[in-house]
Amino acid sequence: MKALRWHGKGDIRCETVPDPEIEHPRDAIIKVTSCAICGSDLHLYNHFMPGMKKGDIVGHEFMGEVVEVGQDARGALKVGDRVVVPFTIICGECDQCKRGNFSVCERTNRNAELAATAFGHTTAGLFGYTHLTGGYPGGQAEYVRVPYADKTHIKIPDGLTDEQVLFLGDIFPTGWQAAVQCDIEPTDTVAIWGAGPVGQMAIRSALLLGAKQVIAIDRLPERLSMAKAGGAITINFEEESVIERLNELTNGKGPEKCIDSVGLESHVSMSHPDTLLDRAKQTVMLESDRPHVLREMMYVCRPAGVLSVPGVYGGLVDKIPFGAVMNKGLTIRTGQTHVNRWTDDLLRRIQEGQIDPSFVITHTVGLEQGPEMYETFRDKKDGCIKVVLKP
Amino acid sequence: MAHHRNRRSAQMSRESADALARGLGWFSIALGAVEVFGGKSVARWLGMEQNEKLLRAYGVREIMTGVGILASRDPTPWIWGRVAGDALDLATLGKGLADPNAERDRVVMATGAVAGVTVLDIICANALTGQPPQPRQLRWDYSDRSGLPKPAAQMRGAASDFQAPRDMRIPDALRPYTQPQGNEFPRPSM
Repeated sequence: MKALRWHGKGDIRCETVPDPEIEHPRDAIIKVTSCAICGSDLHLYNHFMPGMKKGDIVGHEFMGEVVEVGQDARGALKVGDRVVVPFTIICGECDQCKRGNFSVCERTNRNAELAATAFGHTTAGLFGYTHLTGGYPGGQAEYVRVPYADKTHIKIPDGLTDEQVLFLGDIFPTGWQAAVQCDIEPTDTVAIWGAGPVGQMAIRSALLLGAKQVIAIDRLPERLSMAKAGGAITINFEEESVIERLNELTNGKGPEKCIDSVGLESHVSMSHPDTLLDRAKQTVMLESDRPHVLREMMYVCRPAGVLSVPGVYGGLVDKIPFGAVMNKGLTIRTGQTHVNRWTDDLLRRIQEGQIDPSFVITHTVGLEQGPEMYETFRDKKDGCIKVVLKP
Repeated sequence: MAHHRNRRSAQMSRESADALARGLGWFSIALGAVEVFGGKSVARWLGMEQNEKLLRAYGVREIMTGVGILASRDPTPWIWGRVAGDALDLATLGKGLADPNAERDRVVMATGAVAGVTVLDIICANALTGQPPQPRQLRWDYSDRSGLPKPAAQMRGAASDFQAPRDMRIPDALRPYTQPQGNEFPRPSM
C-alpha cells in the first residue's frame, strides 16, 4: 500500500510499504477514505517532537471503512462499517478511561516506560505520533491497523459526507474541549490565540456555547477572515498590540477565558523579542518549545480567569510568568483531547445541522501529493488552512 | 499639480522602504558590533585613538537603533534616529579632519562612506514618512466560510443545552456575580 513516511526534518515521502495485518484480537484494519494533515503533524515535520524514527508512517486524523476485524472486536465492529478513528487509542477499561480521561489511557501506549521517563507517567497511545506515544503507524495511508478497535472508533451513520465527519477524530473535539474547559458563561469574553484549524473550531465552539464575545488572534488575513465568519472579532498581532487591544475590548479588565491554539511553534518575529530568544534557545537545545502565547495569556487574562491549552507542547519552556498566574488566581486546564468523551454529542450536532466542520477545508488532494502539501501547509502558502488527502 | 504627481510617483513604495529599513537595521547592528568589539582597532585605523570610548558608545547606539528598526511595527522614527546618529558621526569625523591626523586619508574615506549611508537613511526616512504601514493584503477571502447554518450572531448559545462535565466546571467562587450560583460559596454582604 501507499503511505506517507517521515524520513527527517522537512522530509515526508509517499512510499510503498507492506499492508497492515491483524496483530491482536482487538484489532481492526481500516481502508482509509479520507485523512488530513493536522497542525501537530507539522511539529513532526519540523522535527520539534522527539521520538520519531526514519520510515514512521504519519497521520492521526483519518476515517474509512472496516475491511477486517479481529475476533475480540467483532461485537463492536463489522466489515463494511464506516468509522472515524480518534487520534487517541483507548482501551475503555482502565481507571482513566472509566473516568472519561481517554487521552491518558493507561494501557494503550506500548512504550509506556519511555513516556513515563519523559512525562512522569504514561499517556495514551497515539497514531503516527512518535515512539513516545507508542510508535503506532499512522493514518496517512491506504490502510491502517487500529489497535483496541472495539473502543477506538466512532461509527458514522449514513447520509453524512467524509468532509462533514472527518474532523471528529481530532480538531473538532479538540476545539470543543478547549472551549468546554473554559466553562463559558454568557458574560464571558473568550480570546483565542491562533486561527488555524483548531482555533477555528474553538471559535465556533465558544460561540455555540454562548460566549458574549469571541476574539481571534493571528497574523494571516485569510485565517482572520475565516475567524470573522465564525463570529470572532479579530486582532492581527503584526498590526496592533494584542495586550492593548484585548484590554480595550474588555474595558481594561482582560478576557475571562484564554485559549492557546498555537502550541510550541509560536511565530518568531522581531516585534516580539522573546520569540527570538526562544528560537535561539531551541537551536542550541536550551529550550524545547516557544511559549510566547502562554506568556501573553498569563499576562492579559482577567484575575480568576481560565487558561485553556489545546496547543501541543512537548517539553521544556522558559521565562513563564508564573507570578501572574499565582497572584491572579488563574486556572489552567490542558491536555490532549479526550476525543470519545465528546463525539456522540458533536456527531449529533453535525447531524442536526448546528455546524458543518468541512468549512475549514481549503485543499483536497491525493495521498501522493501529501509531501508537497506538508510544505504548503507549513509555509502557509496558497491560503492553506486545512488539507484533506484522499488515498 | 502635475509636478506634484510626478514627485509622488517617483517616491519609493512603502514596501520597498520597509525592505530598505530592514537592510539598514541589520547594517546598523553589524556596524555597531564592529564599533563595540573592535573600537580600539577602528580608532587606531582612523588615527583617532583618543576617541575609542566615544566610538564604542556610538556602537551601542547603532545596535540599539538597529534592534529598534527590526523590532518595531513602524521603523520610521528609528530611521530618523539613524539620520541624527549620522550627523553625530559626521561631526566626530569632521573633528578628526580638523585636528592634526596622520591618517587623514582614511578619515576622508570614512566620512565619504558615512555620507553615502546618510543619503540612504534620508531617502528611506522620507519614503516612510507620510506612508503609514499597509495591512497585509487579503488574497484568499474565507469570509463566507462560517460552517454555521445562520449568521454567527444568531448561533450564539445554540449549544447551551450542553452541560460542562464536573471536572471542567469553574468553582462557584470564580463565577461572575451576574450568574446564578450554588450555595457552597458564602456571598459577601454588599
